[in-house]
Amino acid sequence: MQDERLIGDFQISADTLRRQADAAREAGFTQLAENLRRAAELTAVPNDELLRIYEALRPGRSTQAELLAVADRLERDYHAAQTAAFVREAAAEYARRGLFRRE
Amino acid sequence: MSQSKRFALLAERDINKETFVEAWPDAGLIVADGSNDPAPSLTVESNRVAEMDGKLRADFDAIDTFIADHFLDLRAAGEAMATSSLRLARMLVDINVPAREVRRLALGCTPAKLCEVVRHMNVLEMMMGLAKMRVRKTPANQAHVTNRRENPALLAADAAEAALRGFAEIETTVGVARMAPLNALCVLIGSQTGRGGVLTQCAIEESMGLRLAMKGLTTYAETLSVYGTERSFVDGDDTPWSKAFLASAYASRGVKIRFTSGTGSEALMGSSEGKSMLYLEARCLCVVRGAGSQGVQNGSISCIALPESLPGGVRAVLAENLIAAMLGLEVASGNDALASHSAIRKSAKLMLQFIPGTDFIFSGYSAVPRRDNMFGGGNFDAEDFDDYNVLQRDMQVDGGLRPVTEGEALAVRREAARAAQAVYAELGFPDIRDEEVEAAVVAHSSEDMPPRDIVADLAAADRFLAGQQDVRDVVAALRRRGFAGIADNIAEMLHQRVLGDYLQPAAIFVKDSESQIADSSSRSSFGLRVLSALTDPNDYAGPGTGYRLGGARWQEVISLPQVRSPRDFIADRIGTPMQNLHEVGPARRGRFNEVIVCVGPAFGTALTQTINGLDHEAVLKAIFTGVAKEGLVARLIKAYHTSDCAQLGFTASSYSGSGIGIGLQSRGTTVIHKRGMPRLHNLELFSFSPSLTLETFEQIGRNAAKYAKGETVRPVPVTVDNWARLRLIVKTALLHRRETEEVRDRPPQELFFDWEPEV
Repeated sequence: MQDERLIGDFQISADTLRRQADAAREAGFTQLAENLRRAAELTAVPNDELLRIYEALRPGRSTQAELLAVADRLERDYHAAQTAAFVREAAAEYARRGLFRRE
Repeated sequence: MSQSKRFALLAERDINKETFVEAWPDAGLIVADGSNDPAPSLTVESNRVAEMDGKLRADFDAIDTFIADHFLDLRAAGEAMATSSLRLARMLVDINVPAREVRRLALGCTPAKLCEVVRHMNVLEMMMGLAKMRVRKTPANQAHVTNRRENPALLAADAAEAALRGFAEIETTVGVARMAPLNALCVLIGSQTGRGGVLTQCAIEESMGLRLAMKGLTTYAETLSVYGTERSFVDGDDTPWSKAFLASAYASRGVKIRFTSGTGSEALMGSSEGKSMLYLEARCLCVVRGAGSQGVQNGSISCIALPESLPGGVRAVLAENLIAAMLGLEVASGNDALASHSAIRKSAKLMLQFIPGTDFIFSGYSAVPRRDNMFGGGNFDAEDFDDYNVLQRDMQVDGGLRPVTEGEALAVRREAARAAQAVYAELGFPDIRDEEVEAAVVAHSSEDMPPRDIVADLAAADRFLAGQQDVRDVVAALRRRGFAGIADNIAEMLHQRVLGDYLQPAAIFVKDSESQIADSSSRSSFGLRVLSALTDPNDYAGPGTGYRLGGARWQEVISLPQVRSPRDFIADRIGTPMQNLHEVGPARRGRFNEVIVCVGPAFGTALTQTINGLDHEAVLKAIFTGVAKEGLVARLIKAYHTSDCAQLGFTASSYSGSGIGIGLQSRGTTVIHKRGMPRLHNLELFSFSPSLTLETFEQIGRNAAKYAKGETVRPVPVTVDNWARLRLIVKTALLHRRETEEVRDRPPQELFFDWEPEV
């Protein structure tokens, strides 16, 4: 039984994360629940892509267009609507505060 | 140079190696009450924050925006901001106000409001607040395991011992960043050897940290740093949004995270904007909660020496722990980096978190020697293990550790080092030689380890990170080499990732048998149980509630290997009763110039030696000799009605023809008394029985005789050893107890001592 578990993946499922999000919300941890919902969406994103998106969100890394393209890709390729909205929100703030890459 | 010898000595004390400075608000060198800190305020328009802490939305920096849009609970904000800060502070310490009610309002407070609340509180009140607001009911502790030489066998062995000692989490880091995958691997193997369920992490650059988690080499991450000004946040190479995304990325791989913040970092980075450390930390904590992190490591962390150089610094650090707990964040409460040269100061500071208990009392107790700690020291380290265990036992406080025996420690260290050796061999990494394994088993520090080719290790680390091998290959390797137990424990940690219960606030794993909770829903097939805000919520509501250290856990805490049974403590003071001492009838009053020695009821019979091992017979001979040398005769009686030294002396003098008597307890405590003096007064008292020698006893006999002759007497000099009482207090108590057992309702008896002094 242990070996079977090993051969398999150690990847948590989106459904489990959504259940955990519900439990967190019920206990009053609203923002943790939001985080876990975004995480549920991100289970579909491969490791390398996940690292690239994180890099794109760091200060001075992306232009506005590039970051908005990241948001679009999240929504289109991974059905990650909540995370996409979060990235767009970041893009708006980065524009206001000058946190995009200067060209 | 001081003229005063005392001031010169004080100048050399450890405390005076510290730096103490006056506050300088404009440089951010102020812990709280900053003159540039804003007053709390909040304006909400159309369900959106329009103004916060004196700043209009148009003037918000990215941190303000994030707090306004992701932290503030606008359902509670109106009520919270309208409630006086003093009232909120009082609610924190009022056992009749539930924690959830305080938390509901705290989540509607702006950063300036949160600061204003805790500013009303002294440290005792903050500790009360922390005991109530802490997220998890059961306190725990985290270890740091690193070594200067980055030796893999030693990392595994030290991690195993740390796990054995009870740490719920183990954090490692690197000297050379590229070594991270191998260090993480060794600490993972070691931790799961010492105790299944210990969480492990490797502090490293953010992207690398995520890659290690993806490979399954770590089970949580902690060093997701946030800062209280936009400038320092960006200098830290993140924004609140990128950090929040990183948190989600970890969670998407089933990995627990907590953020890191702490007073002083902004001032250290030159970007405090003239604000106080506590105000900036409150902003950090609002970002942490807003980003959806389940918890935070705070308590100044690596910057701790900075607030500690300022007035009120230690109080402010406790205040930041408290604010985090108010916001429902798991708190790993600092006490990690080297903060003081002074053992008194560091211990006193620790009490602020140790006594109320936090989710992790240390965010890294150095489970290795200080010089091997790659996190910047280690305020408490491996050399303090026994002290820490005694503190838990003294105060009946659960500090998250347990005493271990040398045998247990050596066994897990050997197993872990051998397991690391096997995995290195199976995965094609540079050999861990038998010589290294053997050294790691008994090593205290990396200086005890043979040298190793670090270049080859780094090359292997690079290949491991870039390649396809991951934790599953590690588990398979362990199984092939016969380390089934360790393989099972690591596999179980992977299984826990799939379940995701430990993503909930303040989660740790305990074995079923270690847990005090009855809920079975959090039990896994392996007997691992998640303790978190959901399964083990803190229900402190005053005396008799909340976490109490008792039962099996208390038995574990008090069972120090150094503990001895008091029952056999005085066995060596009991010998064959004296053969030349005979009772000859009731004691009578003397009419001549004599000295009476009145011994206690156990003397020469139930007990035969003094506390420092002098035979009672030899003691009597010494006293008799002393008296004889002054030309007088000593007579001996035994009291049965008392075992008290003053009473023995009083009794002796009342039977003495000269009025001078010596009271002598079996343990050796002696008094010279004169008839007519109050009972508790005396001519000379020898209360330091452990320092009395046969020469002293002879001198006591001489002096007693001189008093009897009416001569001028120079008191017998005695050595005063103030540590003797400390060392011998248990033995003293037990010897006295034995003597008191011999007390009878019987008048003093005359003793015939069948011996004559040769003078």
